[in-house]
Parts: sequence; C-alpha cells; structure tokens
Amino acid sequence: MSAQLEETDITGKEVRGPLIHRQSAWTRVTHWVWAICLFFLLLSGLQIFNAHPALYIGQESGFEYDNAVLRMQAFNTPDGPRGRTTLFGQTFDTTGLFGMSGPEARPQFQGFPGWATIPSFRDLATGRVVHFFFAWLFVATLFVWFLASFLNGHLRRDIVPRGEDWQALPGDVAAHARFRFRHGRSYNPLQKLAYATIFFVLFPLIILTGLTMSPGMDAAWPWLLDVFGGRQTARTIHFIVMVLLVLFFIIHVVMVVAAGPINEMRSMITGWYRAEPGTPGQEGDRP
Amino acid sequence: MSGSRLTRRRFLGTSAAAASSLALAGCGQFDFLGQRDNEVRDVLEKANDLTYRVQRQLLGDDWLAREFAESEVRQGQRPNGSTDPTTPEYMFLRQQNFADYRLELNGLVERPASLSLEELRNMPQRTQITRHDCVEGWSCIAKWTGVPLGYLLDQVGVKPQARYVVFRCFDNIERSPAGDVLYYESCDLIDARHTQTILAHAVNDAPLPVANGAPLRVRIERQLGYKMAKYVSSIELVDSFAGIAGGKGGYWEDRGYDWYAGI
Repeated sequence: MSAQLEETDITGKEVRGPLIHRQSAWTRVTHWVWAICLFFLLLSGLQIFNAHPALYIGQESGFEYDNAVLRMQAFNTPDGPRGRTTLFGQTFDTTGLFGMSGPEARPQFQGFPGWATIPSFRDLATGRVVHFFFAWLFVATLFVWFLASFLNGHLRRDIVPRGEDWQALPGDVAAHARFRFRHGRSYNPLQKLAYATIFFVLFPLIILTGLTMSPGMDAAWPWLLDVFGGRQTARTIHFIVMVLLVLFFIIHVVMVVAAGPINEMRSMITGWYRAEPGTPGQEGDRP
Repeated sequence: MSGSRLTRRRFLGTSAAAASSLALAGCGQFDFLGQRDNEVRDVLEKANDLTYRVQRQLLGDDWLAREFAESEVRQGQRPNGSTDPTTPEYMFLRQQNFADYRLELNGLVERPASLSLEELRNMPQRTQITRHDCVEGWSCIAKWTGVPLGYLLDQVGVKPQARYVVFRCFDNIERSPAGDVLYYESCDLIDARHTQTILAHAVNDAPLPVANGAPLRVRIERQLGYKMAKYVSSIELVDSFAGIAGGKGGYWEDRGYDWYAGI
C-alpha cells in the first residue's frame, strides 16, 4: 500500500494524504484500450515496414535516384552476411538487430527482427489485417476519450497546460531531475505537457500520416499530400512518430515505477490515488 | 519527504520485471493470426469492410487521384510481381509483338466483344501522370495512356445484375509441378467506371514493356498496385466471385490480402 507516500510526524504517528478519486472510468478504460492498441499497432507496423525496409522524402521512392533517409539491408561480406542500417547517409553495422537477425545457423534477412513483429514470420497480409483493425479501435477510443474528457473536465483540469503550469515548469523539471515527484490532486506541469503533446500532436500526426499512405484517402482528402509533403514523406513521419511514442512509453513506465508503481497502477485501474500529505481534502475523498 | 524517494534497488528490480514481460510478448504468441481460417483473424478482417464502406462514403465516385507534372516523372516504372510470364499463349503473342492479341469482354454483358490492340488504340484515350503505391510501401510516379474502362463497359453494355469486373491475366505468377497459377483481380463498378481507370497500353510515352504488363494492364488509381492487373487477357462482368479461383476476388486476396485496397 503505497508505502513510499507515508510519512511520520514528530510523535512518530503516520501521516497520510487523502485517498482521492483521480481517474474517471472513461480515462481508465480508454487508457488500457490504447495500451493494447499501441502494442499491436507497433508490432504489426514493424511487420508492414519489413515489406520494404526503407524510408524516403517526397511523393515517391527513388529507385533510380536517392531520396532515402533510412534503409535496412543485408550485405554479403568476406566474413559472411551482415546487416546494415543507413541513416541519413551514415551506414552502421546492425547485425543481429536491423537488416539481419535471428539464430546464427538460420539468420533472417529483414528490417526488424522477428521477435518485434506480428506475426513473428514474414506475413505482410496479416500485418495489415492486424494494423488496420487496431487502428480503427485506436481512433474510435480517441474520439470517445476527447468527448468524455471535454465533458468531465479532464482535458481542462489535467491535460491543457495553464498559465501557472508554464511558470512552474522550470521548478518541476528540476524536481523531476532529482526524482522528486509531487503527488497532488491534478497533474504536474511536465505531466500536462507530456500528455498534451501526445493528444494534440503525436496521436493526430500518426493518424493523419497513416491516412496519407492510403491512395483512397489521398483522393478523398488531397490536402493530406500537401500538408505532409507527399506520401513517402508521410510514411517517414509516421515512422518517426512511432519512435517518439515508443520513447514516451519507456519514460511513462519508468515514471510510474519511480513515482510509486502500486499507487499509480491502482489509480489507473480503480481510479483511487493516494495523494501526498498536505493535499487539501475535498468532498468525495477517503481517508 | 525521504520516504517517497525511490531506492535504486526497487527501481531496478521493477524495471527489469517490466522489461522482461515486454520481451516475452513479442515471440510468436500471435502467430496464430497468420492462419487464414483463424476465427480471431476473421473478426480482425471485418475492419477492412468498415474501411471500404467509410472510404466509399468519404470519397466521391468521380473524385480523382492526384495527377502530377511531367517533371515529376523522374524514373522508369518499377516492375513488381510477374515480370516475365512463361505461359505458351503469352510467349506466342509476345513473339508476334502482340499482333494477334485480343482483349475479350464477356460475362454479364449485352454484347460480348473481342478487341485488337489496334482497335483499342483507336478508341478515346486518356493520359495521366499518377503515383503507383505498392502494398509493400513504396511509390513510383509514371505517365500512363490507355482506354477508359468505363468507355469499354458502355460499348458492351453491362447487365443490371453485374456487380464486379474481373480481370483475367496471362501471367503465371506461380509455377509449380501441379500447374501454373494465373493472376487475376477484380474491382467494383464504381472503380471500374472511374475516370482514371484505364486499360493502359503505354507508360512514359512508350509501349508498355513486358515487365510492366504488355500489352495491356489496368490502372485503378485510388487503390494499391496489386489491384492493377498486368497482362490482361479478358474482362468478365460477374455478380459474385464464387467459383473463381479461391473465391475472394483476386490472386493476393485468395492468399489473405484485402479485396479493397484503398488503404
């Protein structure tokens, strides 16, 4: 039970902050649906990427000229085959991870290794089936979340940074750097900034760049091609946003662990969150 | 608040546990989704019906795919799939430079037809510079010239019960001791009658090379490359795909790819 949040006063008596109902059911359900969606979207997305493990800038892919920014390939060398990744013209040996991976006796020559894809073998058709199913679920859940969060105040209270959040930001960054976290009623400025970036920048970007890769959507919404500078640029941006979301996920999990995993997990499962001592009580709190 | 400080040991321990459960998740647990008759996969595949229906709502029947400028044709059209068919019929036609080629139009039509390349070239033509999107992820811009399929459909008269256009091809995309598997594809009548849906006989101002589908290939510009059958031998109007190869409307569809490839 959130031992790290308990303090003792001068007499040795335990002082605890109030137990507050922090996360609505809308927030909790959408959170876990996204967790599942993003897991499947990532692994099926890497399967799709492996069908042509290169990224370009522009409307098309250069085969007779070079507009690639990333390429994963296997090469034959005097010492046997090696996997290589070329990023902005710089080539790295990535044998075992990108370009060539798997057991030494039966290496697989592909972009991302089989353990990072769904299915684990090469199957573009299934990768697409999985990707588009979870893409629809992801977008539907996002609509539900935006509507619910607008109506129940979660957006205004916890997501959109306010004036005082910007003022408190430098101090909050310094506190996070020392692994000292506030456990108040609302989110701290860095949390708000992180979630606002996810919901207002990264999620819309990854959805719209995904749609730009659809030839049907390009005919329906031609402005997509102009906004993102072509289908292949959109594909590259889609990939970059994927990398940013993976980074967010890593930081997100590290922060949950660092801030008290039991209390944080409980708040995202039951809604109840143990605030730090000194948090002003409100109606509906529990001791 | 010393009590709320994280100990290094706890932090490392919990992180390691989280990381190992993640690593476990990847390794093949979801390979069953690759089974084409799996029930869970059947459910996931329903999303593509939704995509088809939503795109048909969002996308006006006559809205065009983007067309590009001459200066944006910067390379030859990249061939994919079959590039050198070896069926006897095709090799014979190819030897004669397709002089004896006939495009057959049949099925649910009022007036079945058989057209030579010369006849096709003398019909109304459309030239368009468009982007070819492969299901693998790459794109290539090229200039295509051919007869609008809608014009041909008007010539032969589509019967009211017809729902799909099936393109049958010369190319043996699969060659096995059991026999050749010929490529085929299909689309609905909306895409068939779309302005940019043409039977192309030229690419980048030259007759279609063998690698790109000589003598005639389909362009369906609002869908992916695998819909755009090459080496077309006949066009059949049907009301269902039952009884045609695997029954799913195309060579790749029979192997698990989506019939609607607008995404």
